[in-house]
Amino acid sequence: MTAYEKLQAGASVRQETLYHPVEGSYTTKVATKNVTVHYGDKSALNGVSIEIPACTVTSFIGPSGCGKSTFLRSINRMNDTIDNARVSGSILIDGEEVNDRNVDPVVLRARVGMVFQKPNPFPKTIYENVAYGPRIHGLAADKDQLDAIVETSLRKAGLWDEVADRLDQPGTSLSGGQQQRLVIARAIAVNPEVILMDEPCSALDPIATARIEELIDELRENYTLIIVTHSMAQAARVSQMTAFFHLGSLVEYGPTEEIFTNPRDQRTQDYITGRFG
Amino acid sequence: MSKLAPIRDAVMERLPQRHRAEQRFQAYGLTAITLAVLFLTLLVGSILTQSLAAFTAHRLTLPVTLERELVDPRGDGSEASLRRGSYNAALQAALRDQFPTVHGVGELRELFGIYSAINASRLLTDVVNNPDLVGQSVDFEFPISDDADRYLKGASVSERQIDMNASLSIEIAGNVARLEAQEAVLAPFADRLRQVMADRANRYAAAAEAALASARQTIDPDEREILEAEAQRAQMRVQQLNERLRPGADFLLGPREPSLLVRAGDTIVRLTSITSGGREATGEVLLADQAWSGSVTRWSFWEIETPAATRLITDRQMVFVRLLEERGLVRNAFNALLFTNADSREPELAGVRGALIGTILTMVITIFLAVPVGVGAAIYLEEFAPRNRLTRLIEVNINNLAAVPSIVFGLLGLAVFINAFGLPRSTPLLGGMVLALMTLPTVIISSRAALKAVPPSIREAALGVGASRTQAVFHHVLPLAMPGMLTGSIIGLAQALGETAPLLMIGMVAFVADAPNFGFTGFTDPSTVMPVQIFIWSTSAERAFEARTAAAILVLLVLMVLFNAVAIYLRRKYERRW
Repeated sequence: MTAYEKLQAGASVRQETLYHPVEGSYTTKVATKNVTVHYGDKSALNGVSIEIPACTVTSFIGPSGCGKSTFLRSINRMNDTIDNARVSGSILIDGEEVNDRNVDPVVLRARVGMVFQKPNPFPKTIYENVAYGPRIHGLAADKDQLDAIVETSLRKAGLWDEVADRLDQPGTSLSGGQQQRLVIARAIAVNPEVILMDEPCSALDPIATARIEELIDELRENYTLIIVTHSMAQAARVSQMTAFFHLGSLVEYGPTEEIFTNPRDQRTQDYITGRFG
Repeated sequence: MSKLAPIRDAVMERLPQRHRAEQRFQAYGLTAITLAVLFLTLLVGSILTQSLAAFTAHRLTLPVTLERELVDPRGDGSEASLRRGSYNAALQAALRDQFPTVHGVGELRELFGIYSAINASRLLTDVVNNPDLVGQSVDFEFPISDDADRYLKGASVSERQIDMNASLSIEIAGNVARLEAQEAVLAPFADRLRQVMADRANRYAAAAEAALASARQTIDPDEREILEAEAQRAQMRVQQLNERLRPGADFLLGPREPSLLVRAGDTIVRLTSITSGGREATGEVLLADQAWSGSVTRWSFWEIETPAATRLITDRQMVFVRLLEERGLVRNAFNALLFTNADSREPELAGVRGALIGTILTMVITIFLAVPVGVGAAIYLEEFAPRNRLTRLIEVNINNLAAVPSIVFGLLGLAVFINAFGLPRSTPLLGGMVLALMTLPTVIISSRAALKAVPPSIREAALGVGASRTQAVFHHVLPLAMPGMLTGSIIGLAQALGETAPLLMIGMVAFVADAPNFGFTGFTDPSTVMPVQIFIWSTSAERAFEARTAAAILVLLVLMVLFNAVAIYLRRKYERRW
């Protein structure tokens, strides 16, 4: 059994054991406790504790500079790449401490994929873009398996029909919406458990945005998605859980419906009704 | 609308001014570019025209008889014996065969002065490689001396030949010839020369006046003495000239006057005096049958306007090369020696091969040291090194090193590589190491700039799919930074290619007559490089080196253009859009 097949099998196991939509109860995928992030002397995030369920879409909303992106980047340790960033507190994925000395960020990022605000495909062919992750992790034994991974990933990202006949063209030649879907396909290709999306639609037009939102909804079946968004409508459309951040703190967290219809905190109410932000 | 009007008025008021500023700026730019193009054209044009003379050379082909007693002194045909043969004597004999009437040490020295004896060494090589040649006659081709070459190219002497059709009797006795014509055929030439001399006398007289006038004004007794002596000398010259120009006197020709040659067939006489109002003349025989005397009607008058005193080739040598040319033995052809020979003291034998190979070997060392080390250092500093006091200190030092005068690197090479490490001096290995030191800061700085220019989103994308930092750098950042890195490296290397100063310190200005081996052992052969060769030639006294200097500059420029072409090709190849 190759690594790819194992992962395929693993994915189905996860789906069966973790996701219980019928009962409406969720297994916790990501749990954080007291996460605090400092950039130099400046504190960007103070003491965020949250439990994010598996196989759901959780959206982080809040005004600019409230720390939601910082928090997102802490989950797959992308903040490590920023020189003066310090992260404290505990982040657990499936009960495993992310910031543990023994955890290699490479392994972590293979499990926790990321999609950025601006589509950032590699300046290589479409095929190479998707194949890069599986290749460096050794997920495919031969060319045929790699081809299969590329095709499945592109299909899952809803891009296959559009690019099947031009896989050898540069990824940068695609339109903005297509590029973002390519980037999602690239993230899916290494079969992560969690996908982090940092304002994935902010650079896209409404049609492309709708396409991505559809895709997010489809991906929920197999992956745990966490999305940072500025659009409350989008949060309401795609997510089951919503967290509202303000001035570096988590203000309110709960099922999306509740947050939008019956917020408990005044600040949340003000924000979602457009009174500030 | 009413609110907008004042704004529009304000904008309109300043608009012409803004347009003028724009046009002015464009005009400046256009002027700068025009000037640059003009100067470049001038530069390349002047180098091209000056170098043309170096790309062709007159070569003499002589049938040389390799007498056994000359080239094989021991008579056993062994290599040792052949190497002791006197090949120059064979060349001299061949040349004497061309002019059998030339006798006397002085005349022979003039004859043998039209080529340099070093050419015999090539004849030796030919014979040693093929001992069967001994005793045979071979056609040997070799370059004539630079002075003769310049003369035949019309670069150093202005002359003209006038065909005459008048009866002229020539009587030769020993070295002296008497000429007698029925009409005053020599009068026009004599009159013109008289005029030239009279002008000169006037100039000397004016100079004497000026010197005396200055002497009267000066208060410094030493200076007055000098000026008075100068005036006296000028007056003496005026007197001498006037004496020679006295009406009725025989008209005497000296080395300060143009040479007048009379040529009838292969008999050539240089006139020393013109008498009887231009009907009679005496002269020195330059070339003739000793016993020949007689009357001719078809002869020619050969006026060499450049006086013998101001040229490097004698009248007789001019006669020799001109006659050899007429016999078809001297040919102007492409000067292959310029590319196949190393440096030489004789301009006609000097070539750029040694310097060219030296340059290539030196650059190989420089490239293989400076580029990997520089790029490696840049990658580490930019992508991996922590930002702290130490890395900042290193950064500042690298930036400063790029501005250090290049000769300092030469001193460093002298102190460290030669004195401390004991590396052989004057070698491409050493030169390449010194130039690599000089180039490193440029390579590091430009490579870091290229890495910095890669958008961080590419790094994040790579890290996001789980690439390690090294993978992110080598798979994604480096390919994108490659064109910029290449450009920077090429700029640094091109600078090194044209560098002379640091090489002065490590002995690469030596005169190296043998080209280094174009292979692995060449790295430790003594050699020089193109810019240094240009420097050496430009300071040489021989006029023929002037053209060779220009030619060497041209070769260096071609080398640079090739270098840049490779760089552009590589950049295009690796260039990717994002």
